[in-house]
Amino acid sequence: MASAIFTTFICRQQRFLSLTRSPVATQLWTRLASTSVQQQPQQQSQNKPTDLKQLKNLKIDYQDDIAIVQFNQENSKVNTLSKAMMDEFVPVFEQLQNDDKVKGIVVMSAKPGSFIAGADINMLESAKNRDELLKISRNGQNVMNQIEQSRKPIVAAIAGSCLGGGFEVALACHYRIAMNDKRTGFGVPEIKLGLLPGAGGTQRLAQRLSLPDALDLVLTGKEVKAKKAKSMGLVDAIVEPIGPGLQTAEEKNIDYLRQVAVQKAKELTLRKHTPKQPGLLENIKSKIMSTSYVRNYIFEQAQKKVMSQTQGLYPAPLKILDVLKQTLESGSKVGYNAEAEGFADLGSTTESKALISLFHGRNECKKNKYGKPEREVKNIAVIGSGLMGAGIAHVSIDKGYNVLLRDTTTKALSRGYSQISKGYQGYVKRKRLTNAEYDRTLANLNCQTTPEGLEKCDMVIEAVFEDLKLKQKVLAEIEQRIPEHCIFASNTSALPIHEIAANSRRPEKVIGMHYFSPVDKMELLEIVRAKKTSEDTVRAAVSVGLKQGKVVIVVGDGPGFYTTRLLMFAGSEVFRLLQEGATPKDIDKATKKFGFPVGSATLFDEVGVDVAAHIARDMHTTFGDRLADKSMPDLLQDLVSNNLLGRKSGQGLYIYQAGVKGGNREINPKFTELIKNYSLEPKEEITMENIQWRTGLRFLNEAARCLEEKIITSPTDGDIGAVFGLGFPPMKGGPFRFMDTYGVSKVVDLMNNYRSKYGDRFAPTQLLVDMAKENKKFYS
Amino acid sequence: MALRCTFQQSLIHLRNNKAQCIRSLATNTPQKQGTTGAQQQQQQQQQQQRTAPASSTTSSNKTKSIKGAGRDAVLIDGVRTPFLQSFTSYKDLMGYHLARHALLGLMKRTNVDKSVPEYCIMGTVIQELNTSNIAREALLSAGFPDNIPAHTVTMACISSNAAITSAVNNIANGINDVVIAGGVDFMSDVPIRYPRPMRKLMLSLNRAKSGPQRLGIITKMLSFKNFTPEPPSISEFSTGEVMGQSADRLAAAFNVSRRDQDEYAQRSHKLAHEATEKGYLDDVVPIHIPGAQDIVSRDNGVRVSTMEQLSKLKPAFIKPHGSVTAANSSYLTDGASASLITSVDKAKELGLKPKAYLRRYVFTSQDPKDQLLLGPTYATAKLLDQCGLTLNDIDVFEFHEAFAGQILANLNALNSDYFSKKYLNRSSKVGEIPLDKFNLWGGSLSIGHPFGATGVRLVTTAANRLIKENKRLALIAACAAGGQGHAMLVERYQ
Repeated sequence: MASAIFTTFICRQQRFLSLTRSPVATQLWTRLASTSVQQQPQQQSQNKPTDLKQLKNLKIDYQDDIAIVQFNQENSKVNTLSKAMMDEFVPVFEQLQNDDKVKGIVVMSAKPGSFIAGADINMLESAKNRDELLKISRNGQNVMNQIEQSRKPIVAAIAGSCLGGGFEVALACHYRIAMNDKRTGFGVPEIKLGLLPGAGGTQRLAQRLSLPDALDLVLTGKEVKAKKAKSMGLVDAIVEPIGPGLQTAEEKNIDYLRQVAVQKAKELTLRKHTPKQPGLLENIKSKIMSTSYVRNYIFEQAQKKVMSQTQGLYPAPLKILDVLKQTLESGSKVGYNAEAEGFADLGSTTESKALISLFHGRNECKKNKYGKPEREVKNIAVIGSGLMGAGIAHVSIDKGYNVLLRDTTTKALSRGYSQISKGYQGYVKRKRLTNAEYDRTLANLNCQTTPEGLEKCDMVIEAVFEDLKLKQKVLAEIEQRIPEHCIFASNTSALPIHEIAANSRRPEKVIGMHYFSPVDKMELLEIVRAKKTSEDTVRAAVSVGLKQGKVVIVVGDGPGFYTTRLLMFAGSEVFRLLQEGATPKDIDKATKKFGFPVGSATLFDEVGVDVAAHIARDMHTTFGDRLADKSMPDLLQDLVSNNLLGRKSGQGLYIYQAGVKGGNREINPKFTELIKNYSLEPKEEITMENIQWRTGLRFLNEAARCLEEKIITSPTDGDIGAVFGLGFPPMKGGPFRFMDTYGVSKVVDLMNNYRSKYGDRFAPTQLLVDMAKENKKFYS
Repeated sequence: MALRCTFQQSLIHLRNNKAQCIRSLATNTPQKQGTTGAQQQQQQQQQQQRTAPASSTTSSNKTKSIKGAGRDAVLIDGVRTPFLQSFTSYKDLMGYHLARHALLGLMKRTNVDKSVPEYCIMGTVIQELNTSNIAREALLSAGFPDNIPAHTVTMACISSNAAITSAVNNIANGINDVVIAGGVDFMSDVPIRYPRPMRKLMLSLNRAKSGPQRLGIITKMLSFKNFTPEPPSISEFSTGEVMGQSADRLAAAFNVSRRDQDEYAQRSHKLAHEATEKGYLDDVVPIHIPGAQDIVSRDNGVRVSTMEQLSKLKPAFIKPHGSVTAANSSYLTDGASASLITSVDKAKELGLKPKAYLRRYVFTSQDPKDQLLLGPTYATAKLLDQCGLTLNDIDVFEFHEAFAGQILANLNALNSDYFSKKYLNRSSKVGEIPLDKFNLWGGSLSIGHPFGATGVRLVTTAANRLIKENKRLALIAACAAGGQGHAMLVERYQ
């Protein structure tokens, strides 16, 4: 089964906000008739002239009559629009405006790789109420408008990430020059935090771009690279980075960009920049687009997409659509107002708070908390070139590892090789890689059926079929060839690591690395530490995982580890509900409405009913009735023996036919027939809420229990695992954040309530009971 | 001037240059003492590792000599056709015609019988497919005896340098006594292809057996796309970047201003003009072209312009802020060159007076993106170190001028402590090359640059300058697409 589990569905999860353009919209490009910019009252600051030498976050110098303002945030690798930064920027800016010797201004960053990475999230979090958020947004809008209305030309010279507030600063400037390197990108990722670009971002993007383009950027939060930004009209000129010369490449590039920008600023002091006039065709298109009929149609389509992809569970995209609609209908004065109000509204939502918490959690799981391993891993062998094995090789070959991919047959290897090369060709097509980079990357991959080369490996990751005996056999065989220091990692979704390592000569070097499928798209990696696994082995596995670009959580070696265990506990309740007469469609509808990207019934078909049956049997022996009563593993076994294996056999809970998708699939009559033999009397009417709470509570309770049993080490790991591995609704922040928001004591009450009706499997775990008593939260 | 170089010399990318280089090196038999500089260096390093430290003094003594192992190879003489801008007088010829003319000119100039040479090697970059081994075609068409084997090498702008070094190796090893090394490139005609899908269909048409099958394939061809011709790509294969762009970025990285570049370009044209007028460029063999009114006897790209004219031009590659223009770049050129290389004994036997010894040389390679054209820097540093020389020991410098910005960037790199420490693995900078010894008879910027032929011109000019200036030691160096470089020492024969 490989931990192939959870396939496609999370992918959809991660695309949860990516709205593609509606077909009509794509055909109709336009530049919106530019709306006049509202005159904001100039903020008269009473500050005395700032001493330009005393600045901590800015560097100011002059070249002829051009002033160069460089963002250089103290003690930080990146620049953000922090309060300290703005407190310096505003008076400096005013001073430059009034300085007669200064004819033009260049704004840029002194830090390589970061123009301004966005607003300071801590500042947003520390806002106490809606009013403060409103003030933040209004202040931002004011500063940007001052920049825009400056009589002296302002050129933004951008190298590195230019996101969120940083992008808003750039958009307010009169001319944008971008360094065309991999690190430079533009975007407004606020939506990913449940917010909207609140410093004039929605307004300026709507002015500068066609409506579909603007919606695409704001609603997905995606980052566009310099070249694309140029073609969209977001930047005016591009500078190719130069190599090392008389100084390091980084110093040279900042210097070079500065030179080009100063030159441009000088030109602009003589002649104002006039953007290229759109051609006749564009004019006609923009006329068409600006008719209210077409505009409304686009908004309608976008709204539909948002609703179908988010179930209406995210307030931000809806708010953004609303703000843009108001802007286009009533002009920018209303627009700026709506933006600020919308920002304040969104900032106060639990969804935004949950997403921000996830953002922090994800960052935390992208750092190596465990330290450097004694020996850096350089050569990796992957055993088994199935979907998972090839996927693991895929994410390794471009990270500087030499990868040996081994399987027993050349046919299997060819399949794996094709999977990997197809993946990378996709990157070439999307211009993420050049052809030469593709060639070089694939050169790091060695496909072979023979074992030579294993003696040079620092880590072996096996991804063979999920069968304990087989894995043990592979381990025994591999251990004869690998060097002493080499780590043996097993990619498994549920097989206990200590059992795989039972006959190992060096169990301290054996560890579990549970990847999620498709490996190149799913971010989570669950690293399983068995009792005997050494600390250094964990360090090595974590550093490899992080290098592969994964979000890493380290969990204990209990049955089903963390993710699979939660899945099975919630899943057992799903089957219980089915036994009580709910249909798979009821289940899917309810769980999707809760925010899961794939319905919990469909999920079993995707995972494979045989896989689930296998795990259920194993876990039932450990957890007994706390998981489910005996009928559940029996039922699953019965489904398997009737070949209802899910998607792979064409039928499971549903029937799978080519061309029939999602909601249109029919429930398998064989399943309806079979389940009758296991039917149970429902204790109450099965409503949507009933389904959501029963499956949800089992999930939450087990998550808490995993924390209690130290399977996971922190609520953050738990939340990240559930969201990135299982598709737990991100706007709820993960099971622990959800319980905090909802109230632990309320959860305990609910559980006790269900316990009285359905028995002890709803007994709240001790941790929850204690926390409810003391009124504690998981996150302080 | 703008017009003639809109394309740029960068029309090349080489995929197989490495393979070719290996092939040319492989002509050495490793058992014999004669090895190329690079190989020898390697071998000696290995030896040192094996026997160190006892014998390190002897082997380092060996290393610090300008002489390679094996027999000395000498340059008898070198000649070339006039270098003409593409699409001018040569436009109706084919590449091998020019190579043939160079070979005939060489035989006439040296007064050697056509039956004497034992082998011929020529460099070329843009291959004309029907004459892909152009060395052999040129030999045959020039009426040399059938029994002289010939092969063609390609290594971008240092192709004929590769030909020369192969010839030197053959002599050093004792495999040959008399070898012709030359080169040719002809940019007035380049292979323009059908797109790949169309080629595939055309090839499958050949193998189709029945009429209906053929008809099926032909109907598939009927798409506009299939008839869009595909000229050879002008960008570097591995990076996708046009060479002019790389040169522009390189100039910026080494603080070379637009004015510096224009001034250097002006100097090159001025010096080439003077050298032509004074008759120094006597390696040119005038050529009769069928149907032409007069003989062609001089290079036609030399044009002395004022700084005003030069500064008016817009950047050709990086717009609008770039600094490389059509006027400060070398231009597309047609031309061929050939040289006669022999052993010392054979020269005596034939009664020939050699012009120079061809001494140690190196090939280097580096990052093809940001250091694409820094070959001369790497090669110069490495060669001087290997021979235990400094820039002061060199009397004559002949560097290939791809772009004025590239030359100045290389000079700055050699003179930079930062760069030398960081990238050349040296404790300090190589030093400043005195311009009063540098490319005094013009260079590729002014004379022209037929990719495959320039190497022989550099070596011949270096030898001729040594004689004219009464000096001993010359250094030639060149950059090449793919991020490669070459340098060689030329010592006057006395």
